[in-house]
Amino acid sequence: MSAASLSKPAFAVVAEFPSAGALYEAAEKVRDAGFRFWDVHSPFEIHGMNKAMGLGKSTLGYIIFCGGFLGFTTAALLEFIPSSYLFPLIVHGKPVNFYTNPPFFPIMFELTILFSAFTAFFGVFIMNRLPRMHHPLFNYEPFKRVTNDAFFLVIESVDPKFSEIGTREFLEGIGGKEVTLIYAND
Amino acid sequence: MAESDASMTTFVERMPRPPLVWNNHSMAWISDRIAGIVENKAPRWWWVSIAITASVAGFGTFCIFYLLFTGVGVWGNNIPVGWAWGITNFVFWIGIGHAGTLISAILHLCRQKWRTSINRAAEAMTLFAVMCAGIFPAIHVGRIWMIWFVAPVPNPNWIWPNFRSPLMWDVFAVSTYFTVSVLFWYLGLVPDLATMRDRAKGNVARAVYWVLSFGWRGGNRQWRHFDMAYLVLAGISTPLVLSVHSTVSFDFATSVLPGWHTTIFPPYFVAGAIFGGFAMVLTLMLPARSLYKLHDVFTWDHIDVMCKLLLFTGSIVGYAYVMEWFVAFYGANPFERFAFLNRYFGPYWWASWSMFGCNVIMPQLMWVRAFRRNWAIVYFVSMCANAGMWFERFVIFVISLHRDFLPSAWRMYYPTWVDVFTFVGTIGIFVTLFLLFIRFLPMVAMSEVKSVLPEADPHYHPPGPAGEGAVKEVQV
Repeated sequence: MSAASLSKPAFAVVAEFPSAGALYEAAEKVRDAGFRFWDVHSPFEIHGMNKAMGLGKSTLGYIIFCGGFLGFTTAALLEFIPSSYLFPLIVHGKPVNFYTNPPFFPIMFELTILFSAFTAFFGVFIMNRLPRMHHPLFNYEPFKRVTNDAFFLVIESVDPKFSEIGTREFLEGIGGKEVTLIYAND
Repeated sequence: MAESDASMTTFVERMPRPPLVWNNHSMAWISDRIAGIVENKAPRWWWVSIAITASVAGFGTFCIFYLLFTGVGVWGNNIPVGWAWGITNFVFWIGIGHAGTLISAILHLCRQKWRTSINRAAEAMTLFAVMCAGIFPAIHVGRIWMIWFVAPVPNPNWIWPNFRSPLMWDVFAVSTYFTVSVLFWYLGLVPDLATMRDRAKGNVARAVYWVLSFGWRGGNRQWRHFDMAYLVLAGISTPLVLSVHSTVSFDFATSVLPGWHTTIFPPYFVAGAIFGGFAMVLTLMLPARSLYKLHDVFTWDHIDVMCKLLLFTGSIVGYAYVMEWFVAFYGANPFERFAFLNRYFGPYWWASWSMFGCNVIMPQLMWVRAFRRNWAIVYFVSMCANAGMWFERFVIFVISLHRDFLPSAWRMYYPTWVDVFTFVGTIGIFVTLFLLFIRFLPMVAMSEVKSVLPEADPHYHPPGPAGEGAVKEVQV
């Protein structure tokens, strides 16, 4: 390590693994070692990796439910306020009451879906803190292959158990290749 | 008993699942092959094709502007046939879109892994088909500057739209369908745009893909939320796709016209939409597969499964046609009976029999395995289905309208050149958009195809020297 690089703060230690299976087994070991600020990077979602990393189910589903409920409420207000108060219309000779509700259902259904979809789409990026135009991992040239066919395990320096030497040795011990220290942006 | 159990065990072990990507290609091969389509220079056939389709699209656009500047009278519509090719084309295009959503949503929920090879292109096809569909109701209003009357806002006289009208439902259904399809398609595209970003040579290309991919890093903490969003979008798109064509069918089913006023319409329209959509996916993907040499990604097994779906949905459509006859005679309504006799034996008999032949008889060829694996026969059947589904809408709308109740009000319908070229123009718009899509975006979902390779399974063990180990041991 050169003196110039020592002056920069470390961001993380990165290790490469040869396959999805190797990454899965390594993730189990990192989880059992008690690290908290770490992640695995892969070209696709690896089935069962949440369990290997000790992560629970994503909470996004509950947020989407709230979005859908908001859509349903919006549609109900959008339809009932004009049809009952602002501009009452007599349609098929029926009064506006509880029993003549069904013709209002399709729009309620559509807006429930629409708002859920928007919540899902924007929710996934907000929860992932994206868009983010730069990230220290992109300073590491081989990381480019993560969207092609490479598998990486990253332990961040903010983790309480992190130490530049110890974490490197740990990752090498569990089969990581090309273990490298990545520096944070200036 | 024990013997039969033992034979069962060996049987299961000898039946490995066929691979979804043929010839044991690596993940890097998939990236190179798919992203290479975008990165390499456009082949000559692409320029020739887009020159032709863009010219057709241009003439179609001229017809649209001619209609807007002149009036709806340039079409052949006249009372009693107030809805003719415009609505036929609208329902035709919206139906085409349904296969894309079926592949991306319903097959995802059913864990049909083969969908990964075609879902991107099918979803793109959905978007372009819905765009083409949207043109027709918009220009049919005649005074296009009044189109905002369909929005849920009061007009200057404080008159609100009628939320209980099927036409209003249609506005919400189609616009929701388009928006959700765009979101679903783009969400799936983000990891692949990140691949394009990391492969990009030029700074401009990298910057553009960087912005489009939102800086995606492929961490499992990201995939976790991504997977949930994808699953929920699939879950909500499933009822959505079934509801869209149901809502379209309500435009007719809630009326009192014989031939339209039937409760069978929603499921019958949905089955027909999926049938027509699969035919269009085959129509576009068979040439794309050959021209871009994607035989190992979009394999004969995929085509085989899609042909079976074509057969299945075509048979449902056939059942609906026959059931309509039965109900017309069993229902003892003389107007309804006349509508169906007139449909098959009236002046437009040729349209009805073309519909029946193309949608019900021709797909029966797909019972034969050799036919499902024959390029020419599959293409011929899918072209029949494309034409047949257009005829189906023409039959339902125009034939039911042209002879309704009083013979004094009957009138034949003849299209004008504007009718014909507006429709042909939308085919040009559709194919042009599809050609642009395959040129500028990865046409196969690379990250999803990689995830269905055998080595993507974290419990996969590479095959040993004698080939054992590739097939997992099965406990029976």
